[in-house]
Amino acid sequence: MNLSLKIWRQASPDAPGGFKTYEARNVSPEASFLEMLDELNERLNSEGEEPIAFDHDCREGICGMCGVMINGNPHGPQDGTATCQLHMRKFSDGDSITIEPWRATALPVIRDLVVDRTAFDRIIEAGGYISVNTGAAPDANIIAIPKEAAEASMDAASCIGCAACVAACPNSAANLFAAAKISHLSLLPQGQPERWSRVVAMVETMEEYFGSCTNHGECETACPKNISIDFIAMMNRDFIKAQFKNFVRIGQ
Amino acid sequence: MTTTKRAHVHDRYGWRAWLGGFFSSSIGLKWLMALTGIGLLLYLVAHLIGNLKIFFGVDPVTGAYEIDLYSEALRTLGGHLVPKGSVLLLFRIGLSLMFIIHIGSAVALTRRNLAARGKGRYDATRHYAAANYASRTMRMSGTIVLLFVLFHVADLTLGYANPDFVYGAVHDNMVASLSRPIVALFYMAANVALAFHIYHGAWSLFQSIGTVNPKYNSLRRYFAVSFAAFILLGNLSIPLAIWTGWVS
Repeated sequence: MNLSLKIWRQASPDAPGGFKTYEARNVSPEASFLEMLDELNERLNSEGEEPIAFDHDCREGICGMCGVMINGNPHGPQDGTATCQLHMRKFSDGDSITIEPWRATALPVIRDLVVDRTAFDRIIEAGGYISVNTGAAPDANIIAIPKEAAEASMDAASCIGCAACVAACPNSAANLFAAAKISHLSLLPQGQPERWSRVVAMVETMEEYFGSCTNHGECETACPKNISIDFIAMMNRDFIKAQFKNFVRIGQ
Repeated sequence: MTTTKRAHVHDRYGWRAWLGGFFSSSIGLKWLMALTGIGLLLYLVAHLIGNLKIFFGVDPVTGAYEIDLYSEALRTLGGHLVPKGSVLLLFRIGLSLMFIIHIGSAVALTRRNLAARGKGRYDATRHYAAANYASRTMRMSGTIVLLFVLFHVADLTLGYANPDFVYGAVHDNMVASLSRPIVALFYMAANVALAFHIYHGAWSLFQSIGTVNPKYNSLRRYFAVSFAAFILLGNLSIPLAIWTGWVS
């Protein structure tokens, strides 16, 4: 099939960007979206034009590197998949497709479709880990964890940090990302010792870069892992509890 | 990785650092918006129930309008234990504070959100899948409600916007004001905006205060719809009844 691609080109973070239209000929419906861009880049290379820069790594939806706005849909029109898992059979011959990078103050464009997601790293650095001394490796299943908690924690842990939630949010909020990264630890026994300092530190760091949640729910539908906004509510609950818990803790 | 400098969406200093910075954080502000929202929703119910006394006509014992007696009861809340009107004054101060906190938080959050969003805009039309008309127009519907409240207070509490205003004669004041078609239309339009505001607000507040449960989440939408419908139908009935001459 033949497609008309309207793609954002920007040479460097400070350079002014703009759209450029490319004709993609004989695209296989079996190709993934990124393979279609690969083919276009091959052609641009042979024609002596700078290829289109886009982030990608595992190409099986688990690394979180890829992600572009496709016709106004983060990760394209398919629900619950990353850009790399989107196939060209979802489009029809003659379609024109607009491909844009994520847009937010905290996600500046580095080049073409690649954005800088360092702000996400800053949030993780603030507390998205467990640093208590756990001693030698315990025997398997020695810590009893309720099945519901384990399941919910796994749901939150499926976040791949692609930033589609920020891209989809009319407020450029990263609440779904932060909530997932807070909740997958706070639901498990191992996450308890640092639970109340973690939520405050991560939320404060998140707010240095991102907007606030107005409960549209767009992030949930954009998320390639379908992470629920219930985790945002859980974070809101933990955040106010932490104010009291930390007050008592500091007094001890 | 490039080290691109970013504008901070908000900083914590001075009074913003109080109480561990909770009330300057976006989540804290959303808590404030949700809690004041609950207060304002409860007030709406009380206000509507009181106003529906306009349909009760005249009290057979005293010969006064039921709604005039209701307003007298509001002024004499607390009986002889407190100075006359003092409980009502406390209610008014509390209500004003809730409004100021609700609007102040909204303004602060809006400014942060605009800063976080920056100048970049998507070229393709965004396909909103979850956000609805009500959730995306909260600022607009909220502004309409605020302008309405200011007019409403000037009209029926202070009497500036009502040439036939007589202090204490609630029934006559309402009839005099709402017999003007343009005023009745404004009241009804503002209440439609209010219903949209509640449609999102009464759903969203549970999210902001972290009261969610996958098992009962679907009930929150029903709650918001029925709350908005109850307030809308109740509030519309009064200007309609007066405009059509059913109550005079």
